Amino acid sequence: MSPALPLKDSSRERQVFSARVLLVLVLAVALMGTLVLRMVQLQVWEYEAYQTRSDENRIQVQPLAPPRGLIYDRNGELLADNRAVSSLNVVQERVQDMPALLEHIATLVSVTPEDLASFESRLKRTRRPFEPVALKLNLSEEEVARLAVHRHELAGIEITTQLVRHYPFDGLFAHSVGSVRRITEEDLQRLDPVQYSATRFVGKRGVERFYETSLHGEVGYQQVEIDAHGRVRQVLNIRPPVAGENITLQLDSRLQIAATAALGERRGAVVAMDPRSGGVLAMVSNPSYDPNLFVMGMSDAQYRELSTSRKTPLFNRAVNGQYAPGSTFKPVVGLAALASGVTNWTEAIEDRGWFKLPGQDRIYRDWSWTVGNSGGQGHVDLHRAIYRSANVFFYDLATRMDIDDLARFARQFGLGSNVAVDIADASDGLVPDRIWKRGAKGEIWYPGDSVNMGIGQGNLLVTPLQLATMASAIANRGHPVRPRMLLSSDQPLVESDPPLPLPAIAGPTPDDWERMVDAMEDVVHRGNQGYGGNGTAWYYIGRDIAYRMAGKSGTAQVVEIRQGEEYDAEELDEYNRKHAWFIAFAPADDPVIAVSVLVENGGGGSAVAAPVAREVLDAYLQPQLAAR
Amino acid sequence: MSSRDFVRSLPGGGLGTRQRLLQIHLDPLLLLVLLCVIGYGLVVLYSALDRNLTLFTNQVMRMLLALGTMLVAAQLHPRFYMRWSPLVYTGGFLMLVLVLLIGTEVKGSQRWLDLPGLPRFQPSEVMKIAVPMMVAWYFHERPLPPSLKDTLVALAIIFAPAACIVLQPDLGTGILVAGAGLAVVLLAGISWKWLGYALLAAAVAAPGMWLYGLKDYQRQRILTLFDPESDPLGAGWNIIQSTTAIGSGGVFGKGLFQGTQSHLDFLPESHTDFIIAVIGEELGLVGIVSLLTLYLLLIARGLYIAMNASHSYERLLAGALTITFFVYAFVNVAMVSGLLPVVGVPLPLVSYGGTSAITLLTSFGMIMAVRTHKGW
Repeated sequence: MSPALPLKDSSRERQVFSARVLLVLVLAVALMGTLVLRMVQLQVWEYEAYQTRSDENRIQVQPLAPPRGLIYDRNGELLADNRAVSSLNVVQERVQDMPALLEHIATLVSVTPEDLASFESRLKRTRRPFEPVALKLNLSEEEVARLAVHRHELAGIEITTQLVRHYPFDGLFAHSVGSVRRITEEDLQRLDPVQYSATRFVGKRGVERFYETSLHGEVGYQQVEIDAHGRVRQVLNIRPPVAGENITLQLDSRLQIAATAALGERRGAVVAMDPRSGGVLAMVSNPSYDPNLFVMGMSDAQYRELSTSRKTPLFNRAVNGQYAPGSTFKPVVGLAALASGVTNWTEAIEDRGWFKLPGQDRIYRDWSWTVGNSGGQGHVDLHRAIYRSANVFFYDLATRMDIDDLARFARQFGLGSNVAVDIADASDGLVPDRIWKRGAKGEIWYPGDSVNMGIGQGNLLVTPLQLATMASAIANRGHPVRPRMLLSSDQPLVESDPPLPLPAIAGPTPDDWERMVDAMEDVVHRGNQGYGGNGTAWYYIGRDIAYRMAGKSGTAQVVEIRQGEEYDAEELDEYNRKHAWFIAFAPADDPVIAVSVLVENGGGGSAVAAPVAREVLDAYLQPQLAAR
Repeated sequence: MSSRDFVRSLPGGGLGTRQRLLQIHLDPLLLLVLLCVIGYGLVVLYSALDRNLTLFTNQVMRMLLALGTMLVAAQLHPRFYMRWSPLVYTGGFLMLVLVLLIGTEVKGSQRWLDLPGLPRFQPSEVMKIAVPMMVAWYFHERPLPPSLKDTLVALAIIFAPAACIVLQPDLGTGILVAGAGLAVVLLAGISWKWLGYALLAAAVAAPGMWLYGLKDYQRQRILTLFDPESDPLGAGWNIIQSTTAIGSGGVFGKGLFQGTQSHLDFLPESHTDFIIAVIGEELGLVGIVSLLTLYLLLIARGLYIAMNASHSYERLLAGALTITFFVYAFVNVAMVSGLLPVVGVPLPLVSYGGTSAITLLTSFGMIMAVRTHKGW
């Protein structure tokens, strides 16, 4: 040791050291005491708060989506069921390198730019940590297998399986059964947040929408113990969901297939009803779409095609398409005239093919009119006016009737309002009258309006569903029925609060109804009488028919043909051509089916729409006739 | 209960056992309490490891290895430590510099040295012992209480390696190393006046440190301490979950293996730095106070040995190592219970891992050496 260093005072050193050590000891005891105090605070004073927090941490209540009720047709055929689909989810917190993971996933399953975009937006929404975010919603079995093989390289992915709606007939029932769609923000405003807490789809159209509450079922819960990663460790308690009600519809899938086939590629609609019950046996709107696309997802291009196509496949023509009924309205005008005493079965006029209102120059034409005011149907009474579809007779009748009486009478057939039991989104159509015209157009009712209404033109609007309802009312000889989709269900449904039955149509005598049905039978069956003597549809459907059918054709103008010009289908744009209508019911003396057929821009009702109606009735009646 | 009473109750005990332990330079009381802490720790760890036998066996082997190093350390005469102090310190410091230059990066900080032919190790760990050794060496031949000049030299000895460690960055170890060195300065008898000045200077420097000295994540950890709910899923998560674990344990705990916070993965680092929360949750206040009492016994015994040592180097070294141990324990428990910001300090002799156990038991071996080697 260096002697230069000052001497050490050993005992003083030891004294100071001992004092310091004691101080440290006191300090250590004090600090340990602080820690103990802190533990007492946490474990004794605030114990309950932390106890609760710990339970909340680990115990979570998870909603369980109920399986949606199944939908059957009247033969027990499944129209809507559920099937399991797998989706690929990503837990962001467990992913080290998101771009690399997404790239890797893209080599295994097809991930579209749309998938990625919606994934990004879902990621940005607030979520709890470790909540899986959907990346791709509908994995094929092959993709699931491929992901499973590469599972170990893909930290942070999860594959979940859940039940979603499936429509085995694809587009066949898209407009009658309807479809479910993904729940939107807007839907969340009206849906019960508790019941729908685990549900991803909601009925948006047709039956799926009307019976939503019953089909949806009741949400279930499970109390689970979870870890910090949101993974379920064990289920503590479970209240299973109550599956939605299974329902059976009036629809007959065989008839639906026949009706769809009968329409073929043409735009249009077919509604077939059992006139005794109002049960809708077939409801076709063509073109249709595959409702499964809305469940499984589709590309933007597919959606754009569906929503902007001029053929409007998403539009349900059967209940929302509103068209002038044309000549199919003539039986109603005739019955109204009989009821109000304006005409009888013997009164006749001389039909020269055109009609003029007193003091006006405008000429209203019959369909048999030709340039130069030749043509016409000769001696015409009500019976002949129906089977020949003579316009001039009805021009004359309509101008002689009070228009408000005619409108009131027509509404008894279910026109001008939605009388259906369970088709909530059906359109009302329009039966114009004086009050309507003043309100909507600010004009008084002109005699010319009556002339147009006499042949089902002008402002009169009906849907194919309404014409089927009207045909049913005639088939029932004045007893209208409300159209209905539901045939039966295992349990009474909450939606089953049927409105009162429609009252019998007042005015026409039973004899009037029989004679009107006779006249409509002649539309189909009166043949071999020479051109001017045959029913309008006989040539097209009546020559080889095995049962008695009553029918009425109609041809609705889309654009107005100028005075003095002839209608020329060739010259008109396809979408400006006339709509073809046909209504029918059979067997005429004891009808079991009534049908309305619309072919948009199809041309003449008898030539175009009547064969479709015939095919539908054949499909329904022939098995029954064969059985007899 | 005195150590003598206890040793008598050991199987085959009596004075013979005590003598035999002292002959192989082990302090019976320290040894007993250390074994209690280690045994207790292993039981809790077994639960925290979710009864994973492989990892548990690993830890048992490590503890046995650490006890072996303690036995070796106790055999060496304190004189030997004194002579080697400058070399160990200089070597350790050079390795710290080396770490900053060529260290291996693990989880974003450069702490490990991978030298060919040697197992990978953390030089900062060595400094927990080397720094108090060096300061004690520096003071032992100088008059105490130290002069201002000697104090400044000691501070340089302390803060040069501590700064290197903080730069790695490893704030926790840096604090422990600095604490170990400062303990020597305190025990050497630095005057209260200077201590006051130092605290004042620290207070003045604090805002500057806050702005320029700390990294963002470190600032965040300190802020989180005052308001864990401000970022419940990020920086606050650990503290919220650990206080929840401790608080929900209550007085007697949920029972061993019954802790939901730890077994359901809510508690992060449940088998390493945050293991005290597992004790709090499963064994309650009773479990924590038991452990803290054992710790306090170790500290009291260490200080007692230091006080009764004959040479000033021995005194300073034993005292400083004991204080280091205390700082270790206090910082860990305080941080897990939300009293201090989260820094990476394991719970001494309980947390999973071998490095800190070897360092700690080596230092207890040195304390035992001070107790059992006679003559200077």
